[in-house]
Amino acid sequence: MSAEVKSDERLGQESTLRHLLSKPEFGALAGTILVFLFFGMTAQGSGMFAADGILNWTTVSAQLMILAVGAALLMISGEFDLSLGSMIGFAGMMIAIPTIYFGVPVWLSVVLAFAGALGIGFLNGLIVVRTGLPSFIVTLASLFILRGLTIALSILFANRTIVGGVREAAEGTFVGWLFGGKVGGAFFVFLAEQGIINKLPNGAPSVPGIPMVIVWAVVIAILAGIVLSRTHYGNWIFASGGDAKAARNVGVPVNAVKISMFMLTAFCATVYAACQVFEFGSAAADRGLLKEFEAIIAAVIGGCLLTGGYGSVIGACLGALIFGVVQIGILFTGINNDWFRVFLGVMLLFAVLFNNFVRRRVTGER
Amino acid sequence: MSKSNAPLIEVRDLVKNFGPVIALNGVSLSVNAGEVLCLLGDNGAGKSTLIKTLSGVHKPSQGDFLVDGEKIAFESPRDALNAGIATVYQDLAMIPLMSITRNFFMGREPLKRVGPLKFMDMGFADKVAREEMVRIGIDIRNPQQAVGTLSGGERQCVAIARAVYFGAKVLILDEPTSALGVRQTSMVLKYIFQVRQKGLGVIFITHNVRHAHAVGDRFTVLNRGKTLGTYAKSEIELDDLQNLMAGGRELQDLSAELSGTV
Ligand SMILES: Nc1ncnc2c1ncn2[C@@H]1O[C@H](COP(=O)(O)OP(=O)(O)O)[C@@H](O)[C@H]1O
Ligand SMILES: [Mg+2]
Repeated sequence: MSAEVKSDERLGQESTLRHLLSKPEFGALAGTILVFLFFGMTAQGSGMFAADGILNWTTVSAQLMILAVGAALLMISGEFDLSLGSMIGFAGMMIAIPTIYFGVPVWLSVVLAFAGALGIGFLNGLIVVRTGLPSFIVTLASLFILRGLTIALSILFANRTIVGGVREAAEGTFVGWLFGGKVGGAFFVFLAEQGIINKLPNGAPSVPGIPMVIVWAVVIAILAGIVLSRTHYGNWIFASGGDAKAARNVGVPVNAVKISMFMLTAFCATVYAACQVFEFGSAAADRGLLKEFEAIIAAVIGGCLLTGGYGSVIGACLGALIFGVVQIGILFTGINNDWFRVFLGVMLLFAVLFNNFVRRRVTGER
Repeated sequence: MSKSNAPLIEVRDLVKNFGPVIALNGVSLSVNAGEVLCLLGDNGAGKSTLIKTLSGVHKPSQGDFLVDGEKIAFESPRDALNAGIATVYQDLAMIPLMSITRNFFMGREPLKRVGPLKFMDMGFADKVAREEMVRIGIDIRNPQQAVGTLSGGERQCVAIARAVYFGAKVLILDEPTSALGVRQTSMVLKYIFQVRQKGLGVIFITHNVRHAHAVGDRFTVLNRGKTLGTYAKSEIELDDLQNLMAGGRELQDLSAELSGTV
């Protein structure tokens, strides 16, 4: 058999631009650059790019990033989770109520909250794969059930929908630090001493440290990115969303993959909830409202296809970054906040149009 | 090969129902090592359903399924692949959005260890995918390119190359040449021949008599979910084969009818 490779004249002709265009995160990368250019020019001198300003939009972006990464992986595996936002409220209450009203140690409440959330994620996934119903409908039901349960149970056990005092209960504990603490304090003191960043009037650096929520976002993003692009499991995630039947025919355990991705989004929602509870010291039944849409929007801006099978973690992170920068940048530049929504809608529309174009290129559809 | 002389794969009186639909209604066949079995029959005869049962996609409703002479029940296509049975499905089981390499190794990803962790060995996977495609006569520009950008024939070649690479014992091909040009088709037929020489068993479904006659050792005919019979190559002429393709006498009747009208 002629195993000789004739150098194909079409080989190596792919230009760098075409190569870039075929990456899911290309649009988000371009968007990020544009957004930074825009605020770099309009928000100059407003403090947006001073140390505390940077920390501000980084924190907002990081919070969304935690959710967007989960939503992106789930979306790539071919499903949605609209109950993500409700899960945030539910998980927050699962941490606060046992701690405050039942004397459960904080760490145990957190462990229980994670276990509960993973269980609910598992159920969401199980119902979707067993019934074959669209996850859109199944998790829309969970959205209402979870939000309703959160409010009802809060009133039942605590007789209120905002439960405070968690900060005091978590004072000095490891979990309190793990979700609500800061790292690198000494480094920022050093930077302030050197005059690299500003000091507050009391002499403390303007940035006391990096909040753990940023650390969580970075760790989750890196791990998810590695799993998606470098492991066999990542291949299964793509395959499950690309064509579940084809994937099953070659032995990919599609149902298990999808269920695990529902559990991942529930996990991400709980990390987000825990960071909020320990930062604010309270849980509220309405926390996380509409976060499911923000997460999905960030993932879509990041190049994930709504139909599944395509997307990247880095894209979702950039989507979240764009989101955070614009949200905070608009405050800094004094633009009316209503414009944020207009911008968001326009951005989403462009992202979807662009993704559609990319998909046609990738699949060769015309 | 197996020590005993048992066929690599054997099914006896296999029945498969999809709810009220009886897709297979008593099918028996066997494939030996170093043999090409052609599965013939009209559209809707149940050929695809049969091979999907052999490759673990469907579970038989009734009947025996033996591998190397031992009864077996596959829970999933993974079990079949682990038993050395690889399949090119009629619909190819390719995912357009994924790269050639990712499709090639889908479900059977090569791993490399880094400390306690295992990662997908992308370098190795790209290399193998490219080499196997060259062996089948296609020089893919870039194994990272999405399968969706390939032509129908090229996709078919990826599916065939994948099955040949993973099929350790039995290779099943469901109308693999339907979208191929002349050159690739002869390449696939040569492939089937080579695989047979290596001592594997092959189940080959085709509507092309000359292809079947060129590589087949035995021919099993399926009609409306039942096996009509199995014929060795020596027992059968090209013409008879043509009739069997259509699942029996119909074509002869048709030609008689046509000559009657003309
Ligand atoms: N998943 C299924 N559900 C219901 N009926 C099916 C299914 N798969 C195949 N069939 C039916 O089984 C019969 C045989 O189909 P198939 O095996 O595809 O035939 P062939 O490959 O010989 O053309 C057809 O009547 C088809 O409608
Ligand atoms: Mg068929």
